[in-house]
Amino acid sequence: MSSDIYQEQILDHYRHPRNYGSLPHPDATFEDSNPLCGDMVTMDVAFDGERIADIRFRGAGCAISQASASMLTEMALGQTREEARAITRESVLEELGVPLSPARVKCALLGHKVLLAALYGLPAHGREGKGTL
Amino acid sequence: MGNVAAARVLERGRVRTPEAVRAEFPILGTSRAGKPLAYLDSAATSQKPLAVLDAMDDYYRRYNANVHRGVYTLSEQATTGYEDARAAVAAFIHAASAEEVVFTRNTTEAINLVAHSWGRRHIGPSDAILVSVLEHHSNLVPWQMLAEERGARLLHLPIDPTGNLDLSSLDDLLAQSVKLVAITQMSNVLGTITPLPEIIRRAHAAGALVLVDGAQSVPHLAVDVQALGCDFLAFSAHKMVGPTGIGALYGRAELLEAMPPFLGGGSMIRNVTLERSTYADVPQRFEAGTPAIAEAIGFGAAARYLQELGMDWVRERETALTTLLIETLLPIPDVTVLGPTSGERGGAVSFTVRGVHPHDVASLLDEENVAVRAGHHCCQPLMSVLGVGATTRAGIAFYNTAEDIEALARGLHRVRRVFGEA
Repeated sequence: MSSDIYQEQILDHYRHPRNYGSLPHPDATFEDSNPLCGDMVTMDVAFDGERIADIRFRGAGCAISQASASMLTEMALGQTREEARAITRESVLEELGVPLSPARVKCALLGHKVLLAALYGLPAHGREGKGTL
Repeated sequence: MGNVAAARVLERGRVRTPEAVRAEFPILGTSRAGKPLAYLDSAATSQKPLAVLDAMDDYYRRYNANVHRGVYTLSEQATTGYEDARAAVAAFIHAASAEEVVFTRNTTEAINLVAHSWGRRHIGPSDAILVSVLEHHSNLVPWQMLAEERGARLLHLPIDPTGNLDLSSLDDLLAQSVKLVAITQMSNVLGTITPLPEIIRRAHAAGALVLVDGAQSVPHLAVDVQALGCDFLAFSAHKMVGPTGIGALYGRAELLEAMPPFLGGGSMIRNVTLERSTYADVPQRFEAGTPAIAEAIGFGAAARYLQELGMDWVRERETALTTLLIETLLPIPDVTVLGPTSGERGGAVSFTVRGVHPHDVASLLDEENVAVRAGHHCCQPLMSVLGVGATTRAGIAFYNTAEDIEALARGLHRVRRVFGEA
């Protein structure tokens, strides 16, 4: 029952999201949604100096958007602010490791957009089309 | 699988066999990675038969020229082709005359034309416009904009739990100075067919005009504007086996004749000085600039194609396929069908799969070359009434087959296996 897109690592992150939930006292929070499909992701980040000491995400939406956000929290945890800012779209897609159509790439990159906005200290709630991240 | 009785009805084509009709749509014979295309997104846009493709190709190859301009032969041929198309579209909806059909870009532009031209003149601060919660954004947003501009109120007709319109409040709503009822004839999400004769009768009795959004209904039902008695009807060619970029506004002659122009420019004028202009008669008054000529000719070919096929045959076949689709979906565990599951309804069937987002459903179905729509279907208010963020939608057309529905069912079983607990 193999699927090109829904491979085990994606389904695993979707069913058992890592770093899921919220932080009681986050240093940065950002939330954004994809109005076309209603995918939503919120990320809380807590710093210890320049290092990401804790990170949590929550959201609702398709498996790609939620699995991607879950993977991203693992990539960012323990990194410095600078290192996490350097995570590229390409590296997120590479980490997902499945072929995505342009429409689904938007789902896959929602978490990345939210993380960068949080790391750059944008106001807590995003709106589609507002930023140029 | 499926219902034997429904399947038997499917194979009884009166005019042509379903197989022969299907063969007239080149794209339906295509495959991807050995999997034949199961196109179940006709509520978004239909596929096109050779008759339409050839008519447009023929125009560009043999008589391409601008319309209503030159006196040379080619231009007159183009003008004849364009006006013959208008006549074919008018005949398809049983308009009293071809002049009651204005070519627009699509349903959306037809509705905006009425909002700008009729609405600005007739809707004032103490008036109201009545829509239903079933409306597509194209039959909602233009009225929101007009209401805001004119300081008018926008009222909403609700639905009952089965997805049918609830008319119990209709008279009370109409009594609130409603000047226009703008309502769909068939929901693009739930397939609901609205009781238009009843609504139109009561609206007219209350002194309101009725604009019908026929984007979903005109391709699938025999629509007779004179029998229906609607004041305006908006529809698009591309959902009724015609090309994109062209649609139509039907308006009763006396209404159109009293309406000011929508867009200004060439073709829509009678006489122009540097200071002012007088405007052409309808329908040219509403067709500024060079129109989509090839598309109009394709639209005419589509109307003739459907007329020849017979809308009764189309309706019978689509009803049988829709019944088969619903009866196939209902027993699948975790699948919930939204909207009416029995009685008169159209072929747009929305459903949800428990625990799986519609985009994931559609992506997995795409791996099987099954094309369905996933999302809010440009009906966000209806989605929130239904309490869902998005749905997956299969849209039936007469060229679909029991095999398409079988492929969808196989795909949905696969969705459940892939997303089942590990």
